[in-house]
Amino acid sequence: MRLVVDLTKCQGYAQCAFLAPDVFTIQGDEALTYDPVPDEAQRRRIRRAAAACPVQAIRIDQPDRSEGARHPDGTPGTAAPIEGNGGSFKRSGRIVIVGASLSGLRAAERLREEGFTGSLTIIGEETHEPYDRPPLSKQVLAGSVPSEDTTLPRRREIDADWRLGVAATGLDLAAKQVQLADGGRIGFDKLLIATGVRARSWPNAAEAALAGVLTLRTREDAATLRQLLARRPRRVLVIGAGFIGCEVASVCRELGLPVTVAEAGPAPLGAALGGVIGAIAGELQIENGVDLRCGVRVVSLDGDATGQLCRAHLSDGTTLDVDVAVAALGTVRNGEWLAGSGLASGKWGVACDAGCRAFDVNGLVTDDVFVAGDVSRAPQPMFGYQFLAVEHWGNAISQAEVAAHNMLSSETGRWPHLAVPKFWSVQFGTEIKSVGVPSAADEVAVVQGSVARRRFLAVYGYKGRIVAAVAFNQNKWLEFYEPLIEQAASFPPSFHHVDEPADAQPVPARFQPAANPTQDATVVVTGHYPNERRARLTDRRLP
Amino acid sequence: MTEPSTWEQILDYSNRANPYPLYDELRRRPVTRLADGSYLVSSYAEIAALLHDPRVSSDIGRNPAAAAAGASVGDDGDGQGMTPTFLSMDPPDHDKFRRITMRHFGPPATPGRVAGMEARMTEIVTDLIDKMAGPSRIDIVDDLAYPLPVTVICELLGVPPGDEQRFRVWVDVALQSTDPGLDPETQQKKRAEAGRELRAFMEELVEAHRQAPGTDLISAMATDDGPEGRMPDGQLVSTGLLLLIAGHETTVNLISNGALTLLRHPAELQRLRDDPDLAIPMVEELLRYEPPVHFVPFRTALDDIDIAGTTIPAGASLTLVLAAGNRDPAHVTDPGLFIPDRPNNQHLGFGGGVHLCFGAPLARLEAQIALTAFASRLKNPRLVTDPPPYRPSPFLRGPSHLLIDIDGITS
Repeated sequence: MRLVVDLTKCQGYAQCAFLAPDVFTIQGDEALTYDPVPDEAQRRRIRRAAAACPVQAIRIDQPDRSEGARHPDGTPGTAAPIEGNGGSFKRSGRIVIVGASLSGLRAAERLREEGFTGSLTIIGEETHEPYDRPPLSKQVLAGSVPSEDTTLPRRREIDADWRLGVAATGLDLAAKQVQLADGGRIGFDKLLIATGVRARSWPNAAEAALAGVLTLRTREDAATLRQLLARRPRRVLVIGAGFIGCEVASVCRELGLPVTVAEAGPAPLGAALGGVIGAIAGELQIENGVDLRCGVRVVSLDGDATGQLCRAHLSDGTTLDVDVAVAALGTVRNGEWLAGSGLASGKWGVACDAGCRAFDVNGLVTDDVFVAGDVSRAPQPMFGYQFLAVEHWGNAISQAEVAAHNMLSSETGRWPHLAVPKFWSVQFGTEIKSVGVPSAADEVAVVQGSVARRRFLAVYGYKGRIVAAVAFNQNKWLEFYEPLIEQAASFPPSFHHVDEPADAQPVPARFQPAANPTQDATVVVTGHYPNERRARLTDRRLP
Repeated sequence: MTEPSTWEQILDYSNRANPYPLYDELRRRPVTRLADGSYLVSSYAEIAALLHDPRVSSDIGRNPAAAAAGASVGDDGDGQGMTPTFLSMDPPDHDKFRRITMRHFGPPATPGRVAGMEARMTEIVTDLIDKMAGPSRIDIVDDLAYPLPVTVICELLGVPPGDEQRFRVWVDVALQSTDPGLDPETQQKKRAEAGRELRAFMEELVEAHRQAPGTDLISAMATDDGPEGRMPDGQLVSTGLLLLIAGHETTVNLISNGALTLLRHPAELQRLRDDPDLAIPMVEELLRYEPPVHFVPFRTALDDIDIAGTTIPAGASLTLVLAAGNRDPAHVTDPGLFIPDRPNNQHLGFGGGVHLCFGAPLARLEAQIALTAFASRLKNPRLVTDPPPYRPSPFLRGPSHLLIDIDGITS
């Protein structure tokens, strides 16, 4: 059987780990890991675990009862019939979803849940059915879950025409057709773009081609890296200390492997959490035996005569003997196939409105083209209507649900996607969880718990209001901060509460100027200048 | 004479059998201020928010209502108070002592303990039901709902089987003392005398287990030093008592409320007979529909809290009315219906946040096993009196006896 846990919701209550201890495991205080393909003999215990979960985060591959049209924010609603065509679209329309991962799958399930009975085609470049990526950098590397066991469970039958192993290469909006790598074309009435992102590879192609140099994004990547780690390399080099880099380093230490992390910025997780909280993540690494080098770049990688990686040269002048190097340099959005389509798509993703409808280059919203998941970039009212791309598991699901609902709804029945972004990571036995957008902040204050105990909660502020909160092993308190972010509550928080630290003074959050085009790109589609008659997509190279 | 308030009616024993219409009335205002300056919160969203709100303290020493009721710590009349447990502490102490206790009970250190008790629980239930042989009148409380959890918690903690008779009396007195209907002086007196006896009982037990440790939880807590050290003895005694009392009193109510609900819904009883696994979601629905714990008293606002259009002032005492929140129509559809396989059943039966019931997994498993056996083995069970007599407490609510007639048992 298959299962998946929505770890965005999980608050670490451990009811599942009590009731099905062979399937669910708690690491440290509250970090949950699980076997996504447990033995069928565990079904009763897993049903117990799923029923007992206080936040109902466990999904098993049995058709759930339809939940009706419930907004991902929790607001109930009903799918209104589409005006104008008398609901015939819902009965016999053609929907194409490009992208067969979490977002694409969830959208497909949602379309059927809301009564879409027309034809549904799902196009995926990878040959696999949709699978779950978070375990790849954790359980799969650690060897507790085989990479092929990450297939996502189905909530229901979706009766789709699956076109796997074939990439979409173009979009003809006028003809309403998707072009495929095999030369085929598929017509649609409505389209969902959910092509996600891919790993940014090591920029030197010759070095990237060495055996032992790899990225970690796909199931194959994870299987390869798992094999390499199982051979017990002399040392692993992790290039970049974002979430993937930190999680790989964590697993290496769990496996007792020597690991060096080279991070160009001043601290791990700097882009996500800023330098102050990132430094604490760095302390966790050092305490756990990682050779962490911040402010250090990898200059070059050497191979031996057989083309196997053997050495790395670092900007601090040192040389490391390494057999494996993981380039964890962030992601690239899979939007190239949309070039020339007329959509507002570029390296920053595909721009869409709050209802997941794609914008064209002139800033006009399309009626029939929707976007969801990592590839999308939508205006976020809580952050000044900035177009934010959110590469989080929960966002991929909630946007998929909104997009699917809106594809089937009349104008007045549509939903906006206003969910507060959330992410989680598990490293060195510590669960790091976030709500809001920390990188929007200028200041940060530790308001609950103790940094020394590695159990604390930090609140992020921007110009005197709360924009995010990050918890280290304190995630049961996190939901308190979500409405404060939504309501732009004042920062620093001034109320009295339990577990106040001795010094909760705000300090500069220390975010580096963005090195990542996804943070700083400008989508010039909103028409801020009245004399501007047409929009122009910038192709600006960012540092 | 003024009309008694809704809350006074809820506390009034005459409404114990069916307080739900009163909860509906209470919920018309999510937050109610009582004459003594304390606040009741009765709607789901507000209760759930306050359970996760760091401005709400569980430290009973900070609570004005607890002080007025003489319920604060260290005040049991003999100058030698009971040490507080993690139940009435805030983080970081709460978290630390809960972890130290959890170390021997559940994940991450002892993940298989509760699941590993399933076979033993089944055995206990089988024995209890075997004793009901022949056409007879049985009392579900005395014959099943009480002995199962009390046997389980005693075995878990390492309390010798014969001791149950000793502590039962004191526990009854201690629980009576929590009845808000009693005057504070009587409450305090009762608590003091029961507290002294219980403490002496547990001190003796801890010492005996330290001398000759077994595989039980008290032995482990009394001898094992984890990464965060051992609990001080005074607290070990209070925590042992907390686990002993909370570890069975609430589960008794869960099982007997469950049996009563099934007898009132024969079609659902038949469904459970046909599909024993229906007990899994059914217990969650019971925790929502007929929860064993109706409210959480003595929480304290540490700052002004704006909620549902009301400002609860700093220092005010809060009572979270879980049973009212569980039937909030803004949270669940058809809240007054018992729907055993209700999907996505998020309820307040075990509270929430850092204080979520410590023994929840144990209670769930016991209730699932007991109710499955109740449905499958009792022939033609029928209620003798409906409603049955109830125990006095308005917040730990359940029948004191639940008489049923059966035509025998199936083996």
